[in-house]
Amino acid sequence: MTNGWTDVSNADVILVMGGNPAENHPVGFRFVMEARRRRKAKLVCVDPRFTRTAAVSDCYVPMRAGTDIAFLGGLIHYILENKLWLDEYVKQHTNAPFLVKEGFGFSEGHFTGWDESQGGYDRSSWQYELDTSGHVRVDPTLEHPRSVFQLLRQHYSRYTPDAVANIVGCTKEEFLRAAALIASTGKPDRTGTILYALGWTQHSHAVQLIRAAAILQLLLGNIGMPGGGVNAQRGHANIQGSTDMGAWNMLPGYLKLPRANQLTLQDYLKANTPRALRPNAWNYWSNTPKFMVSLLKAYYGQNATAQNEFGYQNLPKTGENENWGWAYFFDRMSRGELEGLISFGMNPVANGPNTAKMLAALAKLKWLIVVENFETETASFWKARKLGDKFYTGFASPAQIQTECFLLPAACFAEKDGSFVNSSRWVQWKRAALPPPGDAKTDQEIISRLLLDLKSLYQKEGGRGAKPLLEMSWDYANPAHPSLDEVAREINGRHLSSRQQLKASSELQEDGSTMCGNWIYCGSWTEEGNQMARRGQEDPTGLGLYPNWAWSWPANRRILYNRASADREGKPWDARRAPLRWDGSQWSGDTPDYKGDASPESLGAFIMLPEGVAKLYAADFLEGPFPEHYEPAESPVKNPLHQEVSTNPLAPVFHGEFDRLGEAKDFPYVAITYRLTEHFHYWTKHVASGSELQTNFFVEVPEELAREKGIRAGDRVRVRSARGFVEGPALVTKRIRPLRVEGRTVYQIGIPIHWGFVGRVRGPLVNNLTPSVFDPNSGTPEYKGFLVNLEKA
Amino acid sequence: MKQTVAKLIDTTLCIGCKACEVACQEWNDQEFSQGVFHNSYQTMPDLAAHFWNLIKFHEVEKPAGPVWLMAKYQCMHCADAGCLRACPAPGAIIQRENGIIDFVEENCIGCGYCITGCPFDVPRLSPRTNKVYKCSLCSDRVAVGLSPACIKACPTSCLTFGSRADLKFLAEKRAEELRAEGFSAAGVYDGPGVGGTNVLYVLKYADEPELYGLPKDPKIPWTVRLWKGPLKWVGNTIFFGGILAAIVHYLKVGPKEAHEDD
Amino acid sequence: MKFNSAAGSFSRRDFVRAAALATAYGFSLEPARAAVRELKISRTTQTHSVCPYCAVGCSVIIHTLGDKARNIQPTVVHIEGDPESPVNRGTLCSKGISLKEFVVNERRLTRPLYRAPGASEWTAISWDEAFEKMARRMKDTRDRTFEEKDSQGRTVNRLTSVALIGGCTDTNEINYLLGKFRFALGILSYENQSRL
Repeated sequence: MTNGWTDVSNADVILVMGGNPAENHPVGFRFVMEARRRRKAKLVCVDPRFTRTAAVSDCYVPMRAGTDIAFLGGLIHYILENKLWLDEYVKQHTNAPFLVKEGFGFSEGHFTGWDESQGGYDRSSWQYELDTSGHVRVDPTLEHPRSVFQLLRQHYSRYTPDAVANIVGCTKEEFLRAAALIASTGKPDRTGTILYALGWTQHSHAVQLIRAAAILQLLLGNIGMPGGGVNAQRGHANIQGSTDMGAWNMLPGYLKLPRANQLTLQDYLKANTPRALRPNAWNYWSNTPKFMVSLLKAYYGQNATAQNEFGYQNLPKTGENENWGWAYFFDRMSRGELEGLISFGMNPVANGPNTAKMLAALAKLKWLIVVENFETETASFWKARKLGDKFYTGFASPAQIQTECFLLPAACFAEKDGSFVNSSRWVQWKRAALPPPGDAKTDQEIISRLLLDLKSLYQKEGGRGAKPLLEMSWDYANPAHPSLDEVAREINGRHLSSRQQLKASSELQEDGSTMCGNWIYCGSWTEEGNQMARRGQEDPTGLGLYPNWAWSWPANRRILYNRASADREGKPWDARRAPLRWDGSQWSGDTPDYKGDASPESLGAFIMLPEGVAKLYAADFLEGPFPEHYEPAESPVKNPLHQEVSTNPLAPVFHGEFDRLGEAKDFPYVAITYRLTEHFHYWTKHVASGSELQTNFFVEVPEELAREKGIRAGDRVRVRSARGFVEGPALVTKRIRPLRVEGRTVYQIGIPIHWGFVGRVRGPLVNNLTPSVFDPNSGTPEYKGFLVNLEKA
Repeated sequence: MKQTVAKLIDTTLCIGCKACEVACQEWNDQEFSQGVFHNSYQTMPDLAAHFWNLIKFHEVEKPAGPVWLMAKYQCMHCADAGCLRACPAPGAIIQRENGIIDFVEENCIGCGYCITGCPFDVPRLSPRTNKVYKCSLCSDRVAVGLSPACIKACPTSCLTFGSRADLKFLAEKRAEELRAEGFSAAGVYDGPGVGGTNVLYVLKYADEPELYGLPKDPKIPWTVRLWKGPLKWVGNTIFFGGILAAIVHYLKVGPKEAHEDD
Repeated sequence: MKFNSAAGSFSRRDFVRAAALATAYGFSLEPARAAVRELKISRTTQTHSVCPYCAVGCSVIIHTLGDKARNIQPTVVHIEGDPESPVNRGTLCSKGISLKEFVVNERRLTRPLYRAPGASEWTAISWDEAFEKMARRMKDTRDRTFEEKDSQGRTVNRLTSVALIGGCTDTNEINYLLGKFRFALGILSYENQSRL
């Protein structure tokens, strides 16, 4: 989240789209209810289903899964057509005035630079027009035809209310009613927030979708404002933290993984340290060398010296065009190219797309190590044929599966200390309440034993790749069982000579005199102690920032981009909702997302970006500088905007035996998968309460479709996709309205996740159905909007 | 005078998250059991002996579009409690000074009369123990100054706990707010026919409480009124032969079920 | 101890008195004896933790029996919302409120299990034996497939034949250690629940 849960109560309009917080984040949703009670805020809910969030909304719009960019593009068009943007904000805080090079354009589904043979873009025509000093040319009036503002207007001119209704499947009136509410926040004294979740990320065009939301919020002046922002409601306790720590094929702190052509540390730093594009851009990433060298010192300790590039050569390198992410390594695994998989608490057989492919891939491994609280479908994948009802009759029997499996019992949350980062970026420390049951061990003990045993084998026997393994520091008081306090202090970092903990990332050095495991966590464990364990409940601004409760990255900042909450002179857009105040010599309030003593005019408000301002136009993503509506990989219609380029041309396509895609003639209905409030993912099927509240898997079928098919409530139905099928009772409901798209009726079917072949309650894995289709930027699978057929079982 | 405690359920804030259901189960150490599919998000079709707090889900069509109503259902802790009137077993049902109607398991004889007496159809007989159960408003928690478990858990503040007088005021104020927002039928449901209940509801459609699963006109059956009214001694005679006890009781308390702490 | 409702506050003393004076009605001549049940958290040790489910980040209080003395095996009797947290202010959802069922659960794994190639069931294994076997498998794989240089002779120091995936309740510190583990081995395919 740019803002945070507590901040939602500052909003005037709350757009919930691509999420269902009343069901999936009920406690976070209390701030929505508070905004409604306290400020008479309006709740707009856009969702294929009339959910429990919709049930308490002021305005509900039904939509076809996978058409969010059309809807958001329609809002952008509506705001531009009706002159509802916050003009001064847009001129001051976005790249609207920036000029783009001559030659950029968009036609028939492709931006300029499309290379059919490569299946990708040459992005050179997307770049800014630079002056002789290397800065971008601007037109403060926004009138230049090649200004970002005019290009934006042109791009979204096609997204008229009629076009939106035709793609999305709602009525034009429904769209306009929502648009009027949302656009009402384009005033200095009104703010609107957006809450989204996996309904936005699980698409083959997810990153561009969220970009569209950012554009919308920037036009309305809602970024940096209390009650504003673009807010991802993350679905698990610490996936935010895992991302911060580099789980997405990165190094900690969002530093990029080195590539093979970055032969030296200097090459790496040159390629990854951006240059300011405007004279007033602070361009905080210019500190990349300090972040990187301090990380290498944390990793390689004494073995990292200026002479050996601080151990840079020990890091694994990826090829220029290689991708080692989820989609790709499971694909390679399914072709027998991997030998081992180690899973610390993840269950890919249940939660990865295309279960049959997951199972087949695991069966090709030599060995599998799973560290878990409960037996999972992944650990026991070799039992799928036996336990998986009729769903995996084609899968190998245990005798045929040569994978050697280890299932290690781990401590659960209550038995461990350490920190979780919530969606608000609040890093909250927890303490262990009791020891793990039986012989179960903590994660740190298991990781350490694996590493130390391996190190000692290499010390005894030698072997390939010994150096990177042996040089990795594991410098803890008890290396076999590091205390997480020690690890947290290492993540925060320290001055190596004085051994003083760092106060802030500004203290980092690139000469090797500081070490820091993750620069964005500098300040989380200072000489004053563990900041993440703080329990202060004060709220001096009255905005729900709670600066003394836990610690928020970066720098304990509670609202990102908060400098944008004020105008050029530093005057807040809304004096009652000012997270920052400038007193002539310094900023006070929230930790400023700005230099603390820099005058309002001196720097751009978006300090992390080389532009110094926010990007309405961004050449950073694969599909183009502006989000464009593409249909899901499986869709009941061809893209009404450009039939020939119907789906995201950059979405990766796999061609293995499991990667079948279906067509509307065989699979006429749109399916979505989702969570229910009563369950948590694939865990609570092990827990009694979840199994009581929602014992049974079911399929939600619109009343009209049920009538057409002769299906009555409770009838057993089979839902089939090109990959597999599921079966369960039909929950016949009015809450999924049939939609009119391109002049025909489109039905959507809802399929809750949560069941599997291991657990207290069992049911089909819904990922039997889902396709191996991914967003090209994020690698997230397309679970919202794929095609199925429905029949009575 | 002791304050009567009450629970306010503002159904306009309920999101059907079922925190109250599980909080109730967990605090009261109820066993969980698996449900049967019944074409609804509702946990089970109705209350059960081991399940005292159920959110009822209703899909309703209104002129403005679909409406999905959710309202928590449990013992209403009536001022004039039908269960209490009907119960023949000494000490099996008690009305605490703070208004809580509590069932005392060890004194229950499993006759089921309280079920007949309840105008809200709340008490449930357990076939396993042959005793009757229902919400106790967490009398154990309330006794030490904690709120009932359901109320503590509720994330959206749909549930509030406090004195009946205060909550009644808040409820009326909230209903007024809703009417000002255009929900002309909004109002407070306060157990008509049973002298008021210590569970109050704010309803958007107060003219149609049955949309929420609440009886429009709850009444204690006349047989029960009779039973615990002029013919109360008959009950005693039949059940216990405790004539003497009944007489003493009559002499001491009289036939009226007034609040002794008034 | 005090709690506040929107309507006002009640002191603990009021309620204790109220309960002590609780009066019964009906037939009984011995009305008021029905004492309320003893509060099950009256003698517990409380530990601050955070709910492991979604990322709202609700603070919870774990009540365990036993005072954490060395010879006592504590057990969880109740988990409730932490009223001091600005996020949840003591509230929880239906999943969080049942966390006790998650921690104290007969389905929890309590010893290492092993499945030999081709076997149709798990068998128990000691930790030592498990670690010995796992280290050997990892080393064999690494010795066989580790790449010091790529096809163009550039140093890459990588192990592409092993993938490492992390779960959603791995703490920051565990994620950080997994990162070090990953880079020590040279693993490129490193993913987390956050991807999905």
